[in-house]
Amino acid sequence: MHELSICQSMLNQVGQIAEQHGASSVASITLQIGPLSGVEPALLKQAFPFAAADTIATKAELIIHELPVLIQCNHCGAKHETVANKLVCSQCGDHHTQLLAGDEMILASVELDSVSH
Amino acid sequence: MCDTCGCNITSGNNHLIQPGGKLSLVGVGKTSVSVLKNLMSENDHIAEHNRKHFDRHGVLAINLMSSPGSGKTALLEATILQLKDKYRIAVIEGDLETENDAERIRRHGVPAIQITTGSACHLDAHMLHNAVHELSLSELDIVFIENVGNLVCPASFDLGHHLNVTLLSVTEGDDKPAKYPVMFRAADLMLLTKTDLLDVLDDFDTDKAETHLRELASDAPVFELSARRGSGFKSWLAWLVQQVNAQRDRVKDGGSRKPAIQPEGVSEHLHADSIT
Repeated sequence: MHELSICQSMLNQVGQIAEQHGASSVASITLQIGPLSGVEPALLKQAFPFAAADTIATKAELIIHELPVLIQCNHCGAKHETVANKLVCSQCGDHHTQLLAGDEMILASVELDSVSH
Repeated sequence: MCDTCGCNITSGNNHLIQPGGKLSLVGVGKTSVSVLKNLMSENDHIAEHNRKHFDRHGVLAINLMSSPGSGKTALLEATILQLKDKYRIAVIEGDLETENDAERIRRHGVPAIQITTGSACHLDAHMLHNAVHELSLSELDIVFIENVGNLVCPASFDLGHHLNVTLLSVTEGDDKPAKYPVMFRAADLMLLTKTDLLDVLDDFDTDKAETHLRELASDAPVFELSARRGSGFKSWLAWLVQQVNAQRDRVKDGGSRKPAIQPEGVSEHLHADSIT
């Protein structure tokens, strides 16, 4: 259950951003999470209220966009979506592929209330 | 990884955050700040600091990860016996409770720092930073970090080490790489341990374990060994020697290396920190 510590780390970043922009509170936090990030979106959502209590983001909505896993084959060049534990090329079967997407663990954006400047 | 902002939006998902993309929408009456920073940027910042510490002293730092009871401490004990006359070794131990593992290591005359994480299921860069400051890095060649026994969480945290070694004991099942892809994809080397038990286990196929690893697009070497019997150590020790030499060469050139946990070269970094 490392999602709680990830939430805390995220909220530190969010707090700094809110302060920089003189916000009174945070309305929403948008994340992008790929299946190969090792972060479970459902657990992140569960952990969030505990981590956010008594912070500037207490009332913030946590929005998580789950991203697909996308690979490209180094051998035949095929590009396709796949699942986290099948990163071999579906066309030629080669395992020398490059992960184009799917390991993201990104704080994408923050919506702030009452920006003072 | 981007040095400026820590972001890692991959090229395949770029379109989502471009104007008009579904992640670029701004709520009505709100001010949206585009951030695009890795959630782990705080941890990664300290990890980078730790790595610089290691590099400055020419130390190679190796993170051992596996499920509990797969033989990480036994591997370290047997490795120390073989290498302690050749290299100056220290161990950082991570467990929820007890000093047991550190005591086992210290019996071999090697410094060991125990991190007790309480309820945390992994080590992070901050915990490692405190432990590293208890070591005299200038008097060391290799620091082994024995992470908390767990096939999930430790894979998400860069500690500032150079290499990940993931252990899979033959009592666990050969499909573990398929079940825990994040962990095994992060491996720079996979060790199949307790292979002395293969004689009595008819359901662990070492070839299948390797196939599952390859399905994660991993080219990491796979070695089989038994710490109890001391068998299969030749390849493992030769790999370690090679890695220590590689680290010395890198340090000479002012270089470093990140573990497989943070693959480089696939990201098209975006820089955005503006009110939209």
